[in-house]
Amino acid sequence: MNLLTLVISYLKAKPLNTLLNILLLALGIAVITILLLFNHQLREKISDNTKGIDLVVGAKGSPLQLILCNVFHIDFPTGNINLKEAERLAKHRLVKSAIPLALGDSYQSFRIVGTNLSYAELYQAELANGTWWSADLEVVVGATTAELLQLKEGDTFESAHGLSKEGHAHDENPFVVTGVLKKTNSVVDNLILTNVSSIWKVHAEHDSIETVSNKIISDTSVLVPTHEAGDSTKEITSLLIKYRNPIAAIQLPRYINAYTPMQVASPAFEAARLFSILGVGVEALTGFSYVLILISALSIFIALYNSLKERQYDLAIMRSMGASRAKLFIATQLEGVTLTVLGSLLGLALGHLVLFAFTSLVAESQKTGMSAFVFYSEELYLFIGSLVLGIVCSLIPSVQAYRTDIHNVLAGR
Amino acid sequence: MIKTQSLSHFYNDSNEIHFLDLEIKDNTQFLLLGESGSGKTTLLHLLGGLLTAQMGTIEVNGSDLTKLSESELDRFRGTQYGFIFQRNHLIQTLTVERNLLLAPFLAGLKQDSNRIDEVLEQLGIADKKYSKIHELSLGQAQRVAIARAVLNKPAIILADEPTSALDDKNCERVSDLLLTVAKQNQATLVIATHDQRLKSKITNLIQL
Repeated sequence: MNLLTLVISYLKAKPLNTLLNILLLALGIAVITILLLFNHQLREKISDNTKGIDLVVGAKGSPLQLILCNVFHIDFPTGNINLKEAERLAKHRLVKSAIPLALGDSYQSFRIVGTNLSYAELYQAELANGTWWSADLEVVVGATTAELLQLKEGDTFESAHGLSKEGHAHDENPFVVTGVLKKTNSVVDNLILTNVSSIWKVHAEHDSIETVSNKIISDTSVLVPTHEAGDSTKEITSLLIKYRNPIAAIQLPRYINAYTPMQVASPAFEAARLFSILGVGVEALTGFSYVLILISALSIFIALYNSLKERQYDLAIMRSMGASRAKLFIATQLEGVTLTVLGSLLGLALGHLVLFAFTSLVAESQKTGMSAFVFYSEELYLFIGSLVLGIVCSLIPSVQAYRTDIHNVLAGR
Repeated sequence: MIKTQSLSHFYNDSNEIHFLDLEIKDNTQFLLLGESGSGKTTLLHLLGGLLTAQMGTIEVNGSDLTKLSESELDRFRGTQYGFIFQRNHLIQTLTVERNLLLAPFLAGLKQDSNRIDEVLEQLGIADKKYSKIHELSLGQAQRVAIARAVLNKPAIILADEPTSALDDKNCERVSDLLLTVAKQNQATLVIATHDQRLKSKITNLIQL
């Protein structure tokens, strides 16, 4: 026999009340946990994916779209930019490195990115097996892509125009998989990488007049090594730029916007803007969960306060049996804390479970690389916070228990 | 041995009670007889350390209750006394066994399962050890309350109107039970009551 046995027997005696109190708190904590997991992982993903990219240069349009399309690969391109213009920019003295991206096609809604090996280096992507592409129409697939599409070395597939499965099929030019990448936990996992000229080749069929030339290239392009420099007939989607020095951050965007037909977008700035837009929704949900927690605290307080009246004889008789005032105080506190501890543990478990169900049931969410089994220190704070909540909402009932007047209660006064 | 001297208690305004000096020897049985409002519950609570005396002294087994600190008094109550009230005041959410285990736990004594079996045996309700309180009849519940009072082998058992709500047959049974259990556990028994029927059982009388 101890105080916990007593407290649990009290809680069990009113199962519905106890369940309601625990569930109310659990719901509030679960919503906070889900937001926490989402927000944290989203921020981590964004910072991982924008690492090493100071500026994105593309066709004029929405800067947010430019970032979403060229960094996160979840939106459509704004248009194309001229290869010659892009090369000139890549050689600019303020540019340390420039990576070309040629987008537009996909396979089973996984995007095919025409680029060069620097793009893979940017995300420290390494081959799990196979080799990098060495000729046109050879591709290396990201880890998630390979897993979900069951692609392996030697497989072939036909790409489709756009990002959907129903896009126009380029069935004359099948791609060959030459390698599979290791998991990087970045956007590369969900991509199919190839060289830029593969993308040109697939699209060349549209205007069939053009023939692939076999002439010897004397001066190769800095962006597309297999192609000659200064070709103004070719286009790419964008350039990912890294600054040479801090001055570039001030001068380069202004220069590009003013003196070229292209526009720039900063991943850091656009990501912050995106978060401020999402922030309204997150704040509303957080507010709602705090209301739930407040109601649960009130509900626990009322339950304890009411049951104390029913238990005044229990309390008095326990004092007559030698229980100190402090023991009754602790017993009442223990009841409140037991409820909030159970509630918060259930809530934390529920939060992770909902995210687990989401990531395993919704196929699209697997692409985001969200995990339900990541734990953050804030969850410990949530737990400690609910402990404190239990102490606070059982404070007044505990003081009442402490003040129980044995004589008056037992004499029936 | 219980000894009181010039004990008085004041209720809020004019209402005040002066008690005669008492001397109750070990292993005896006493009846505090008086009408309602005569102060017998107050006296019983004063003797049991449930109520702090405002004037006078109460000496129990060599300790002056009026001089003990609150925590000393709590411990004294838990180890020296067993209380029985008109209503059984058992904790409804616990089983018989747990209700009884509460006595040593709250008094800070060792929890001994054998002692529970022994006491339940003495009171003839050994088969009710794992029953819930609401499954018991009124008589069985009162026996559990008595078992709880004697479990810690207290020196003194204080009973407040244990028989007044009972018919003659049950009154006889409960009073016999109390006397037997008090003797078995070598405890002094003090019963506060207005029930004249008990006069035939207990001869030591204190009329209030």
